[in-house]
Amino acid sequence: MSERPNVRIVALLCRWCSYAGADLAGVSRMKYAANVLPIKVPCSARVDPQLVLKAFSEGADGVLLAGCHPGDCHYLKGNYKALRRFQLLKKFTSQMGIEDDRLRLEWISASEGSRYADVVNDMTTKVAKLGRLNWRREIAIEA
Amino acid sequence: MKIGVYICHCGTNIAGVVDVAKVVEFAATLPNVAVARDYKYMCSEPGQNLIGEDIRHLGLDGVVVAACSPTMHEPTFQTALSRAGANPYMLQMASIREHVSWVTSDPVEATEKAKKLVEAAISRVSLQEPLEKRRIPVKQSVLVVGGGIAGIEAALKCADAGKKVYLVEKEPSIGGHMAMFDKTFPTLDCSQCILTPKMVEVVRNENIELLDYSEVREISVHVGDFKVSIVRKPRYVDSSKCTGCAVCSTKCPGKAPDEFNLGMSKRKAIYVPFPQAVPLKAVIDRESCLYFQKNICKVCVKFCSADAIDFEQKPEELELGVGAVILATGFKPFDARRVSEYGYGKLPNVITSLEFERMTSASGPTAGKIVLKDGREPESVAIVHCVGSRNVNYNVYCSKICCMQSLKHAHLLKEHLPGVAVYDFFIDMRAAGKGYEEFYKRVMGEGTIMVRGRPAYITDVPSKPEEKGKLVLVAEDTVLSTVMRYPVDMVVLSVGLEAGEDAKELAHTFTCSRTADGFFLERHPKLAPVSTPTAGVFIAGASQGPKDIPESVAQAGAAAAEALAMMGKGYFELEPYVARIDEDLCSGCGICLDLCAYNALERIPETGLTRVVEALCQGCGACVAACPSNALDLDGFKNNQIMAELEGILA
Repeated sequence: MSERPNVRIVALLCRWCSYAGADLAGVSRMKYAANVLPIKVPCSARVDPQLVLKAFSEGADGVLLAGCHPGDCHYLKGNYKALRRFQLLKKFTSQMGIEDDRLRLEWISASEGSRYADVVNDMTTKVAKLGRLNWRREIAIEA
Repeated sequence: MKIGVYICHCGTNIAGVVDVAKVVEFAATLPNVAVARDYKYMCSEPGQNLIGEDIRHLGLDGVVVAACSPTMHEPTFQTALSRAGANPYMLQMASIREHVSWVTSDPVEATEKAKKLVEAAISRVSLQEPLEKRRIPVKQSVLVVGGGIAGIEAALKCADAGKKVYLVEKEPSIGGHMAMFDKTFPTLDCSQCILTPKMVEVVRNENIELLDYSEVREISVHVGDFKVSIVRKPRYVDSSKCTGCAVCSTKCPGKAPDEFNLGMSKRKAIYVPFPQAVPLKAVIDRESCLYFQKNICKVCVKFCSADAIDFEQKPEELELGVGAVILATGFKPFDARRVSEYGYGKLPNVITSLEFERMTSASGPTAGKIVLKDGREPESVAIVHCVGSRNVNYNVYCSKICCMQSLKHAHLLKEHLPGVAVYDFFIDMRAAGKGYEEFYKRVMGEGTIMVRGRPAYITDVPSKPEEKGKLVLVAEDTVLSTVMRYPVDMVVLSVGLEAGEDAKELAHTFTCSRTADGFFLERHPKLAPVSTPTAGVFIAGASQGPKDIPESVAQAGAAAAEALAMMGKGYFELEPYVARIDEDLCSGCGICLDLCAYNALERIPETGLTRVVEALCQGCGACVAACPSNALDLDGFKNNQIMAELEGILA
């Protein structure tokens, strides 16, 4: 990438599929934007909406939530639970003025290293276009 | 809190991109960090000793190792902590290789990202708590799914070690694809002759319970004790009485295409799948049986001297408890109809490699004669490699066995029909394996004409008189750079291997993953090639990817060894990640109860509140994220720990 966008994106990755997919991107030496910071969670269903809001309030400009493909969840149906929660959370964040591209849910399997790299690059480009979120500062001003 | 931070160079894997010295310098400035060091290879013995020494001398109570992915070396460093007397769960790894140095081109960016990941790990580890692994006893029995050569081999190995084995096969006989082959490459062993002794041993072995004509319906995945529900389909023949004499079959008037001969011949409605079938018992196919279709006939009942026919048989459900599972469900041959330009299914003398196998088999539909549909012997035959493989329109992968299979067929053609002209169309000749290249040389010496090129299409429309009544392959000979027309009598399409039809469902049932091409995914491609992410579930044979018989057998042995090692240990150590409930905060709303996929949450009758059944909890955390009272939390992935990690990563 020629320009170096100064945004930070937190990726909450399920340990069975998406974290392993990210590992594979590494093993395969796929280069992608350094803006995405990974955090391992046991399952996408572990992601409490509070954690996403915490990330935004700590200064994240985007949050990527990634889990196993539907039907492939290590814990049977955790990803469906994550999906339902995500849709509700998305309504909330949009009401809070957080743009659509800043919060994203993706299914990335352990064999999809290139997909992880693509998602990271795509999200970085889109979030960079929106610029910094500065949510913490905005909350502070309003309060 | 005293934290030790260790940054690994991993040779130049990390240090070649990340400025390790800067990361160490940065880490040393962070709160609670008592010591920050770097080392060339942290996973080496001296590297691990560095941690141990510091724990003992500096009294560290938390350790951060910034190195490869935790998937790789977390157990290594956990052991290092244990050995030094610290709790292994006071470790947090920062993956600065897979997630930083290997994926970031710019060294400045990489160093900055590494710093953030290290800071996150330090911030997290300061809130981590000592945890103990849970020990779960492992049942001393194995379920093997699939009765092909891989499944048979795995079952025999486990049974020989004295373990109880349940071998489930969905077809009426075990044997799989290997039973259908005539010869095996490169030794030209008779496939049946080397397979049948093993098949017979399956029924003879006291430790093996063969569940033929059965399918796995459901499994509840509890490590060490899988509860499996199996459905045994009705044979309509009492296996305990049937002697396999097949008199019923000779008298039966119902007919249907013979699956074992790929529909090239007919079988009866009551039949023994093939002469060497195991178990050697008859089975009734409802679809072609006159009794089931029209309520007449019952000829089989009249002629069965063993009184074994039982039209009233119902599907039988079995419940098993096993300690380990080996999936050996094999492959499905590529459907040649999909390559419409080769005319399979329309041009009568275009056949598949598997059909050719049945044709050359003495027990096959032509009793071992290679003949055209009109009964004549072919004067010229073309063999086409890579049908459905190495092609972006179908499967991009190489099916691995087709080159050798094609060479074997070329040899068999010359053996059966000495004057026949054989054209072998290949893209690249892949004869890697013991004795394989030698076999290739041998076949070339026998006069097979090798054409380097993939046929564009096959037609029966002649463009010159000598093509009349022939099949014409139009192909570029890439050595000559010329498009040529090759008129022949018969074409054998060497079809590739695809993941089995039920692979998706099986992967779902056993909670293991699949690669993009549909085959089962191994836990690590090099170091855990027969394990899956689900502890206690192993894979073997072509269900993991295209492979030949020797490789399938080797893999089956490896899977058996893994299962035996697990059972031999007697217990399984389960990660200590379980949900905890704070009864003071729980309101008894019950939202969590329905979310748990493992019934690990239950209502306490006296109080109406909820409690966690620790033995059943798998640690996914679905309940934790849903609890509106924040009463639930997950050991090892607590809210405050993840939040601390977020603070660190975004600091």
